[in-house]
Amino acid sequence: MSEIDLTPLREILPIYALQGRSGLLPALHAAQKHYGWLPQPVAAEVAQALQVPLADVHGVIEFYSLFYNQPVGKRIIRICTDAACALKGADHILSGLCARHGIQPNQTALDGATTIESSPCLGLCDHAPAALVNNEAETNFDPSQNSWEPGRPASKIYRLSSFLTSNCGKGRAATLAEYGDYPAYHRTLTMTPESVIAEVKAAGLVGRGGAAFPTGIKWEGAAKADRFPKYLVCNADESEPGTFKDRVLLLDDPHCVIEGMCIAAHAIGAQKGYIYLRGEYPYILPGLENALAEAREAGYLGEKFDIEIRLGAGAYICGEETALFESIEGKRGYPRIKPPFPTTNGLFNQPTVINNVETLCNVPLIIAKGPSAYRQIGTEKSPGPKLFCVSGDVARPGVYEVPFGVTLRELLRMANGDPTDPLADSSLENHIQAILFGGAAGAFATSAHLDVKLTFEDLRAAGLPLGSGVVMVFNQSRDLRQTLAVLGKFFAHESCGKCYPCQMGTQRQAEILERIAEGKRKAGDLDRLQDIGWTMTDASLCGLGQTAASAVLSALKLGLIKI
Amino acid sequence: MPKLIIDAQEITVEDGLTILEAARQFAIDIPTICWHPATTANGLCRMCVVEIDGMRLLQPSCVVKAADGMKVQTKSERVNRARKTILEMLASSVDLADSPEIQGLMSEYSASPDRFPAAHRREVEVKDDNPMYIRDYAKCVLCWRCVQVCADDAQYTYAINFSGRGFETQIGTFFDIPMPATSCVFCGQCVGVCPTGALKPKREFLLEQGVAPEQIVVMNSGRKSKAKSQKS
Repeated sequence: MSEIDLTPLREILPIYALQGRSGLLPALHAAQKHYGWLPQPVAAEVAQALQVPLADVHGVIEFYSLFYNQPVGKRIIRICTDAACALKGADHILSGLCARHGIQPNQTALDGATTIESSPCLGLCDHAPAALVNNEAETNFDPSQNSWEPGRPASKIYRLSSFLTSNCGKGRAATLAEYGDYPAYHRTLTMTPESVIAEVKAAGLVGRGGAAFPTGIKWEGAAKADRFPKYLVCNADESEPGTFKDRVLLLDDPHCVIEGMCIAAHAIGAQKGYIYLRGEYPYILPGLENALAEAREAGYLGEKFDIEIRLGAGAYICGEETALFESIEGKRGYPRIKPPFPTTNGLFNQPTVINNVETLCNVPLIIAKGPSAYRQIGTEKSPGPKLFCVSGDVARPGVYEVPFGVTLRELLRMANGDPTDPLADSSLENHIQAILFGGAAGAFATSAHLDVKLTFEDLRAAGLPLGSGVVMVFNQSRDLRQTLAVLGKFFAHESCGKCYPCQMGTQRQAEILERIAEGKRKAGDLDRLQDIGWTMTDASLCGLGQTAASAVLSALKLGLIKI
Repeated sequence: MPKLIIDAQEITVEDGLTILEAARQFAIDIPTICWHPATTANGLCRMCVVEIDGMRLLQPSCVVKAADGMKVQTKSERVNRARKTILEMLASSVDLADSPEIQGLMSEYSASPDRFPAAHRREVEVKDDNPMYIRDYAKCVLCWRCVQVCADDAQYTYAINFSGRGFETQIGTFFDIPMPATSCVFCGQCVGVCPTGALKPKREFLLEQGVAPEQIVVMNSGRKSKAKSQKS
């Protein structure tokens, strides 16, 4: 190994060392930015500066896909090969590109300039096929020409209502002047924390990240905990395959989520907030940092409450709230056993509220309009607006803002072009083979479900999870065995490995789904999938394992796998 | 003093016990793999899961506290399916030749070692890099006990942690450096808590390899190659 000059690293490490172990991921990001990867002496220097055991630093580097302990190219091209991009020929693009460079996926070309990887969902499903080239999104490349135009991904927004996305779609982040002077936050400053929480409860807001837990009750739990400090965390680790709504909100209207966080912090008594941004969204960072600076300048953030952005490093499991805390604390993203719950024992074991981006974006709306006006949107049991991420075989993939209560048919009519065209409607049944609801961790629906209303209660009755709002459409020509193999591979790649059912179950499930996709099913494979699936669902430690077989089991139940 | 029902047996136990501890006080058998009295319970092997009335999912009895009015089933159909499948997946992933306890569970739950054909196994070479113990991670069930006793559960040495993720997780050192180059103090506690022979005293390993006892002299770093060369 050639000599590595550690001087520049020694200059930057003291800032991170102030945070102790919690500074580990930011320090590794900074080191990797400088050296291109994380050689052993660099990792050792980080370990020493932060006083973290060497083996632990290595364990952290090994856990996160975006940290490298061997050399990689100056340009890293990550081709998304997950469900939506797979429908648009991602595998061909990947193999073509690799052939051009004379390498296999996940290798670096001999000249050391380019590394090509197959990536889990990049949250660019509305642009499928998509890629990430270093820190920029590639949404428009032409593999036949090898032409690249990486940059900021455009937001494709379609609306029946315009509450959450009114500032979105400008092709840049809305400035503070455009967003307004945080009127809802100003209103909360005249209210007691209890009355803020009461309004959020009265509005009936539930989490939009997938678990649909009542937001006001969560806030109340942390507000009542009598230990300080308390933390507020925005979960921007949007990694559920098929989900890209938070990307649009954060890119186009960052002040909305920041105002929501200011209100939440006031309600629970938090002085410090974190936005945990997924590592595959690096292009969101500059605009978000700029918005935080604007908010500080205007006095909304500062001594009373301030926000730090934490960049993830490639681990779907860190979207699980306790794994996310572990990650901020500088550890491998292993989920914790619950209880205790975050409201009493969260980040740094302190009372913590963690909310999804879209959830927090609903908060200014509730406070500004008041709960009863908010409840005019949507249905009685599912109040408010909702963002759906529509992708796959539709004419217009994108983020759809609708009030809760529209039917799946109405949503898909919009997504197929003309919402009033009866022909578009009648062809819907002929067009659709299946719809993946709620993401990789969701379940399949068929055209028999087209008239189900998109509300928590109606979907629950239909046995479908709303999840993070994913609606991924598969037309009649699709071989769903391929899609299931892709989903299986995703979970095997993303299982953290802590609990046995998921650690081994995702691997065994992926192997079986792969051979089924290849037409090489073995006798007993369907029984094996059932046993693995139910064991993961029933006995896994966290939500990842508990839902890692959900789509597979639903496909088997609906008879969607033709074998 | 919580009063609860486990498998139709009404029991009263002192406060603060886990369901596992409560059940064992009354000779109700709940199997475990990762659990060990000297390490913090992590509830990760999920062999000790039980069905509790009113809970949607199976619960790890090693961490869930016995509570008043609880109704617990330790041998329901759901429980047995999970345990059997976990054991079968384990047998398809790991060399269980030195794990008589797990093999016993396999027969108790009628788990077939061949349930998952053409399965990718965690096969790695034996790491023989120090005079005290060998590391045969093909036999490792990732119970985490060694990492825990090396860290805050006992020794505060932090010589080992994890590498990889998911199914590819392995116990490892900093950049896989040999054990003598780490902070390992050779206390032997990791070897003591290993349930599967993945960590084994060097002497035991050599004896199993057919090395004659008199050829294994004093344990020090110079003897390893000597013992091997005498054998060949």
